[in-house]
Amino acid sequence: MAELIVISTLNGVLYGMLLFLLSSGLTVIFSMMGVLNFAHASFYMLGAFFGYQLTRWIGFWPALVLAPLLVGAIGMAVERYGLRNTHKHGHVAELLLTFGLAFAIEEIVSMIWGKSPVDYRVPASLDFPAFTVFSTNYPAYKIFMLIVSVAVFVALLAVLKRTRVGLIVQAALTHPSMVGHLGHNVGRVFMIVFGVGSALAGLAGVIAGPSLVTQSDMAALLGPILFVVIVFGGLGSLPGAFIASLAIGLIQTFAVALNGSLASAFGPLDPSMGPSVLTDIWNVTIAQIAPILPYVLLVLILIVRPMGLLGTRET
Amino acid sequence: MTKASSSAPKLLIERSGPDFGFYGIWLAAAIALVVLPLIFPSGGSLTTFSLIGIAIIFALSYNILLGQTGLLSFGHAVHYGLGGFLAVHAMNAVANYNWPIPLPFIPLFGGIGGLAFAIVVGWVMTKRAGTVFAMISLGVGELVASSSLILRSVFGGESGITTDRTALPHMFGWTFGPQIQVYYLIAFWVVISAIAMYALTRTPLGRICNAVRDNPERVEFIGYDPHVVRYLAYGFSGFFAGIAGGLTAINFEIANSAYLGATQSGLVLFATFIGGTAYFFGPILGAILVTYLQLGLANVTTVWQLYFGIIFIGIVMFAPGGIAGLLMMHRPLIRAKTLGMVIPSYLVAAIPTLALATGVTLAIETLARYLESEGESNVINMFGIPLDATKPTTWVIAAVLIVGGYLICRITWRRITEAWDRAATAARDRGHLA
Repeated sequence: MAELIVISTLNGVLYGMLLFLLSSGLTVIFSMMGVLNFAHASFYMLGAFFGYQLTRWIGFWPALVLAPLLVGAIGMAVERYGLRNTHKHGHVAELLLTFGLAFAIEEIVSMIWGKSPVDYRVPASLDFPAFTVFSTNYPAYKIFMLIVSVAVFVALLAVLKRTRVGLIVQAALTHPSMVGHLGHNVGRVFMIVFGVGSALAGLAGVIAGPSLVTQSDMAALLGPILFVVIVFGGLGSLPGAFIASLAIGLIQTFAVALNGSLASAFGPLDPSMGPSVLTDIWNVTIAQIAPILPYVLLVLILIVRPMGLLGTRET
Repeated sequence: MTKASSSAPKLLIERSGPDFGFYGIWLAAAIALVVLPLIFPSGGSLTTFSLIGIAIIFALSYNILLGQTGLLSFGHAVHYGLGGFLAVHAMNAVANYNWPIPLPFIPLFGGIGGLAFAIVVGWVMTKRAGTVFAMISLGVGELVASSSLILRSVFGGESGITTDRTALPHMFGWTFGPQIQVYYLIAFWVVISAIAMYALTRTPLGRICNAVRDNPERVEFIGYDPHVVRYLAYGFSGFFAGIAGGLTAINFEIANSAYLGATQSGLVLFATFIGGTAYFFGPILGAILVTYLQLGLANVTTVWQLYFGIIFIGIVMFAPGGIAGLLMMHRPLIRAKTLGMVIPSYLVAAIPTLALATGVTLAIETLARYLESEGESNVINMFGIPLDATKPTTWVIAAVLIVGGYLICRITWRRITEAWDRAATAARDRGHLA
């Protein structure tokens, strides 16, 4: 039991930090530009596939730097040539543009790399057990993932809180037109923020790719969970996104590890009742309901506190 | 573009009294539905027509949300799928217990299924509009789609639940075994639903929905609760989506969890938006086009969904009114008889635009064939011209078409804008709003 708790906590924090790498960019982009970037998870997927391809060509470490930069450049191009032109048609049009992009990126990825998972492996230099908890070997690569995401988190915090650029970004979050009046090029700030957000998503993809499955449906699987994270944490709130990322990461990881069901807790139902909704619910294990837990949380938070955990905005 | 400004010069007053043109269009559409299978009696075209009919109801129901109330939903297929499942269960129950309910009434059960779910979740979902609603609809959609795989006794797991439409009581001696009879059943429901949904847009509720879309704050000032209005619109939309789902269940005699999923929700969004949300007939055009493309392209190319994405992005960026919006832009010009001023520039622009489109298509196909390669034929048949994907000449042709087409497009499209401005000004001078 103690082993399960330690390992699941580690994995949960890791998954949560990965979610935060994605949701931080998403929520900053959303609160600055009012655009919910549907293609954010697609940038994560692009990062994973670029990472895979570049690793094959030039090795993992150069790929770790190059792939996020590539994804960031694509993100900036999307903002400059797509979103900026669509802005005049309103937020719904912008949302739909990113939706179309997400669709197109998934198709392009499955056209180039196929629909089945690619063989994206942990680099040999990190392919050893870091330490042993009870009887389980904990892989060094996961520790590396954890270090990278924590480092990015700290760097992001430092940039936002301690630098001039961060100050402008923070101001543009709440008062974009005022920042524009003060003579800053809001358009360029938007483009850079969009690029950095995409690059972070790409980085998450590069480091998550070898550990999770790198496949053309990975964006479609993760995308909805990201939206749950930022709604749950409160739209436009970075601390909220952080808490929500960790919470959902831990909840899902623990749920997957638990095999209990109502049947195992209270004994099986009388078999003479035959198959029904009750028997389905009675026999389902916690591991099986893990994929739907984030959405249950979403519905609950909307009923209890519609603005999300730390959100302040009603709309 | 539908907004009419009151400061415009003298407006021609539309004729009043019964509008025969209006009823004529509906009558013509109904006659077309009856006659179509007589002109194209093959099995393949009947299946296509049936699917298009279902897609029309589904897209129209979606437009109650998106076009009329301004709610962008990413989980509309939930109502469609639940409607389908309830219809399948209703059909099985009717067959098992010998209830006197003939097949044509089954889509009503689908509608009730869609409506019931809308009533349950709608109140929480429609609290807020805009982006938040979009995200919640996505979350609820995923919730239902994943739950459907857990509740096996209701949703049948991966394989779904099957039924037999001929086991139900017959009506007018029709067994509903042959596809032609199913087609007429679907056509009947298309007409009924389209009339009902059109009528809904004319009711005070429909008008208030438009007001909630445009300015919810002001709606509150005149004494309506936008939340209630959105909830009602959500309910109606869920009902008609359920009818579409029920018809699908009848058509395929199966309901499975794919009906509820994100792909289905995305397709209806594509159809509605490509068709155009500002006009009632927009989603109909979109449903016809998207279903036809879906069936047609899938036979020709393996990457047909990519073309969907590209068409959709193009519409969002360059013609947010959709096809219907593009068509209706020309109405004042036709009335003012100034359309002739823009036609020549259209014809000139058509050539480089086609070249660009051909180039993009060729590039995508070449890439797709090149990457698939193993064992497959590398020859692309483009307008009867065979092109080899592995030969550099093909790549060069594609590049030339894209770059050349794009450069000339820029010039010719600028000319269209200029010609358009002249024609619109002329139309305005003659008293027609443009």
